[in-house]
Amino acid sequence: MTDIPANDATNDAEARTRTREAALIRKRYRAERRFRMYGLAAILAALGMLTVLLVSIVSAGLPAFTTTQIALDLNFDAGDIDPGGSRDPAKLASANYRGALLKSLRAEFPGSETRQGRRDALNMISNNVPFVMRDMVLADPFIIGTTQRVWVKSSADIDQLAKGSIDRTLPESDRRVDNRQLAWFEKLEREERIRTVFNSTFFTTADSREPEQAGILGAVIGSALTLIITLLLSFPVGVMAAVYLEEFAPKNRWTDLIEVNINNLAAVPSIVFGLLGLAVFLNFFGLPRSAPVVGGMVLALMTLPTIIIASRAALKAVPPSIREAALGMGASRLQTVTHHVLPLAMPGILTGTIIGMAQALGETAPLLMIGMVAFIVDVPGGFTDPATVLPVQIFLWADAPERAFVERTSAAIMVLLTFLIMMNLFAVLLRKKFERRW
Amino acid sequence: MTDAAMSEDNTPKELEAALEKAPETEAVKALPIKVRATDVNVFYGDNHALKDVTIDIPEHRVTAFIGPSGCGKSTFLRCINRMNDTIDICRIEGKIEIDDRDIYDRSIDVVQLRAKVGMVFQKPNPFPKSIYDNIAYGPRIHGMVAGKTDTDEMVEASLKRAGLWAEVKDRLAQPGTSLSGGQQQRLCIARAIAVSPQVILMDEPCSALDPIATARIEELIDELRRNFTIVIVTHSMQQAARVSQKTAFFHLGVLVEQGNTEQIFTNPVDKRTQDYITGRFG
Amino acid sequence: MPTEHIVTSFDEELSRLSDLISRMGGLAEVQIERSIESLQRRNTEEATQIIEADRAIDLLQTEIEELAIQMIARRQPLATDLRATVAGLKIAPHIERIGDYAKNIARRTIALNQHPPVKPMFTIPRMGRMARTMVQDVLDAFSNHDLAKARAVWERDAELDDMYDSLFRVLLTYMMEDPRSITSCTHLLFVARNIERIGDIATNIAELVHYQVEGEAMTEDRPKTDQASITVLDSN
Repeated sequence: MTDIPANDATNDAEARTRTREAALIRKRYRAERRFRMYGLAAILAALGMLTVLLVSIVSAGLPAFTTTQIALDLNFDAGDIDPGGSRDPAKLASANYRGALLKSLRAEFPGSETRQGRRDALNMISNNVPFVMRDMVLADPFIIGTTQRVWVKSSADIDQLAKGSIDRTLPESDRRVDNRQLAWFEKLEREERIRTVFNSTFFTTADSREPEQAGILGAVIGSALTLIITLLLSFPVGVMAAVYLEEFAPKNRWTDLIEVNINNLAAVPSIVFGLLGLAVFLNFFGLPRSAPVVGGMVLALMTLPTIIIASRAALKAVPPSIREAALGMGASRLQTVTHHVLPLAMPGILTGTIIGMAQALGETAPLLMIGMVAFIVDVPGGFTDPATVLPVQIFLWADAPERAFVERTSAAIMVLLTFLIMMNLFAVLLRKKFERRW
Repeated sequence: MTDAAMSEDNTPKELEAALEKAPETEAVKALPIKVRATDVNVFYGDNHALKDVTIDIPEHRVTAFIGPSGCGKSTFLRCINRMNDTIDICRIEGKIEIDDRDIYDRSIDVVQLRAKVGMVFQKPNPFPKSIYDNIAYGPRIHGMVAGKTDTDEMVEASLKRAGLWAEVKDRLAQPGTSLSGGQQQRLCIARAIAVSPQVILMDEPCSALDPIATARIEELIDELRRNFTIVIVTHSMQQAARVSQKTAFFHLGVLVEQGNTEQIFTNPVDKRTQDYITGRFG
Repeated sequence: MPTEHIVTSFDEELSRLSDLISRMGGLAEVQIERSIESLQRRNTEEATQIIEADRAIDLLQTEIEELAIQMIARRQPLATDLRATVAGLKIAPHIERIGDYAKNIARRTIALNQHPPVKPMFTIPRMGRMARTMVQDVLDAFSNHDLAKARAVWERDAELDDMYDSLFRVLLTYMMEDPRSITSCTHLLFVARNIERIGDIATNIAELVHYQVEGEAMTEDRPKTDQASITVLDSN
């Protein structure tokens, strides 16, 4: 009987240990669950913000991809266009299409005889209509003297009105469209002479003072030219530098110093590179202002540290056993690097390069310093033509007062984002392809 | 008599007698010397890694280097094909001769030396290329093959010699890394012999392999010894005992003892050797 | 051994092997001593006990051999350890033979006791004592790695051989003088022969001790002065 209490005591102790252990386990599980929840919450928050950003950009930018057109009966008045009846193309090119247009407008819009009325009528349509008329005449001179119904681009204000961005119930003084224009517009609407079409102008022209004529082609070409220069300069130089530092350079104080400097350069604000470009490339070497070649050089300077750091990391990640194997086979150092190490490091190097390029694509500040912020209405045709780039174009439009430029800003952002996504996708695909090969 | 008294009485005589015959008994002595190292000292920065190593490595025999980690055996192995050259802080003194030519002489081209002295590493390290390209790489960079048929023959011959041909002949285009560990190591051996070296250095070639794969490699080593001089570093005493004809024991950068494998493993002279191979190191 | 193995159980096994051999050797010594005693005292009962006690030695031999084989399989002993294990493996059957000879002597004793005693018996105990000391010494040498002692045993065998030779001649003379004693004398001759063989085995063990300590076999020839095998007596 004596050992029963003793047994109880030990049982008690055991039970206590068990409960303590169970409590510990529960606590551990709780902590783990909590931690997972925090992570999930962080990701959800990030995703939410991204969604808000994208939705706001897309909703603001989508209207820019459409434009409003008005069907006008254009009177190609022979007296204005070809008073002599010579049909001489040189004369036709410089004829008074504006006069013909004004006559047509007078016919179309009753009440446009006054100065005020004429301005209102002209403000209904884009100011490129005389040029459209000229192009039509040059293409087919026989339309002179006839009246043609032509779909012409509306002005940006009418475009906004058609898209519902202008509140028709506002008092006239607070509206960009006055009552007369509104009446004309509503009449045209009733006659079904208003239509909304895809805005191809946005992708085929460069910048313009008139929102309805402004496009991003100039900026896209400018960006492409700039990035080509950047890639051509920074990729070979960056990879060479990385290979030398990683594979050949002796490890001493000098190489340490260089490494520290490269890492520092990666953190230097990009505007500093812009100032450097201004001082060295423009003022000292006298290279052309606003040119993609200078922009590319400045961005190459900025991208170099990124590429060097990424390439060095990729080279470091190649297992030393591969180098040993090659050296052990009697390959020289250069052969070891070019035959084995570099191909293995390539996916990493390319990823780093593309990330650097994406960074360069989105860069604005240094380009402002070298004059790429200029208002340029022509699509650049070469590396030395004045040009602007996508982010600078966005910056310019964001600054513009017209309501119509707001949606174009967002649309340009969408285009920029599309390019970035495409570049990253390309990086992923490239990496996949390499990985399968090895 | 106590142990202490006994060893005091007998050791000097014993040592003398053993030393007289230990360095080279007939079996090894009769062979020509392939690699002759004289007073080799290696420094890693301030660290004196190898101290006055003097050893003769006989031709067409397997010489095993044994010793605890960090004893300098791998360091010495890497001196034989100058792999240590790639380490900046490594400094080598003394003389290593292969066929009576000092390999650290200025006139020696290290690339050619490494073609002559092949190496197989601890971890199988095939190039991440096809099996075919793995073998063909060495002959190609050394200009030993011309044209496709030539290379094909070379690849087949090397794989056959490494006993791998039957297993891989239908998948030469597959990456070398898709093979099993043991096959990869034999691929590395095939790659090494493809450039027709005279000496093959092996740095713990079986340490990452299972016993069956190890046995295959050991069988291969025994086979290869007819055509090559083999130096192997191993942590497995049993392996050294199985594959080698000559064994050298390194300890703390010193070549403590060398001799015929059977003598080292049944009757080592030096107390440190004795303690190491019987598992008595503290 | 001055230093210990990293693996303690290996040390334990080695010392167990050595202990088992000592125990087996101790048993064999006792068997020799008792067999000579029973012969001297014409004690049939003790002789029977001796025959039975031999089983214990046989069992020990099996145990030693199993242990040694297991050590080789599991520990892969090298150098001194290898030599100790192999020496143990080789010594065990030798000791077992010693036990067998003691058993044989006991058998002869039972036979001898059925006849009147013959005179030359007195040399036998002397030989027996000597053989016993040799066995004892050589086993001491084994457990202490004492080369000098082993060598002494190895050299002493000649003495035992000489004693056997003289006894051989004495017994032949007896048999020629008194043909009735032939049965007893023949048995005695076999007893002497067994003792002489024990001495030989002691020298074998001495050689094993030499191998274990030095790592190589003894190269000298054994001091064999046993002349009995070629002795002829003039019959006139």
